[in-house]
Amino acid sequence: MSFESALFYVFAAVLVFAALRVISTRNPVHAALWLVLAFFTAAGIWLLLRAEFLAIALVLVYVGAVMVLFLFVVMMLDVNFDALRKHFRSYLPVGVTVGLLVLFEMALLLASATRGSGAAAPASGESNTRALGRLIYVDYVYPFEIAAVVLLVAIVAAIALTHRHRRETRYQDPGEQVKVRRKDRVRIVEMPSEKREN
Amino acid sequence: MPLSIVPGLPHHLVLGAVLFAIAIAGIFLNRRNVIILLMAIELMLLAVNLNFVAFSHHLGDMAGQVFVFFILTVAAAESAIGLAILVLLFRNVGSIDVEALSKLKG
Repeated sequence: MSFESALFYVFAAVLVFAALRVISTRNPVHAALWLVLAFFTAAGIWLLLRAEFLAIALVLVYVGAVMVLFLFVVMMLDVNFDALRKHFRSYLPVGVTVGLLVLFEMALLLASATRGSGAAAPASGESNTRALGRLIYVDYVYPFEIAAVVLLVAIVAAIALTHRHRRETRYQDPGEQVKVRRKDRVRIVEMPSEKREN
Repeated sequence: MPLSIVPGLPHHLVLGAVLFAIAIAGIFLNRRNVIILLMAIELMLLAVNLNFVAFSHHLGDMAGQVFVFFILTVAAAESAIGLAILVLLFRNVGSIDVEALSKLKG
């Protein structure tokens, strides 16, 4: 068994273990950290599959951005997590049953479908990133633009959802400031002049 | 067909299937905690991406990796909006328990 094969098995074992810890741990911060490990290991497997660009993108986008977002939200919400886990035991049999059933069905599908051996990887001289970039910017330009629009919509939606207009803080209203007239601000009081006492 | 010890397409597909099954079991186990549900969905997307990359490698077709790229984009958008909804939910209901979400029941 070559070193690459051994590496695949190690990564696969770590990936499955991390995924199991994600769904079974009690503390959501720990779950997020195990999920980071799962993504990182998956990036390693993708590297073995010679998908370098996607592996780096997975680490940058998921470990660097999405999981930090998760951790922010988990730590921001002050939730009593023990109360949420009260019914964990009662959900255990049905969860395990469904998971095993899905696994069994996929195993049947794989056993029936993988009668032939996989083709060898293409012996193209250019790097993975270059080939992917050529494909994205030439053949898949319009889906790529749509992906950018999806990200824009996500930004706008996330900000619009979580933005909160607080009543107690004071804001400047430029429109009101421009519209203001002299009589709104200055009041002239008429009174007779008085003589000084001493 | 005896399964070779050198990892090929079936090995990666089995790994993706195991990951997907774990994620589904996690959705059933953590039915009350929305954060873990979102994490389980991310795990499912990772399993699907793993299948895409494995097929792309073993069939020699780069288009699969382009799809992984798009799935990563959509998954990032999904988790951002999902977490925004979660924050909003906690602010309005005071809990992230799925059982507490009964306001639409009428």
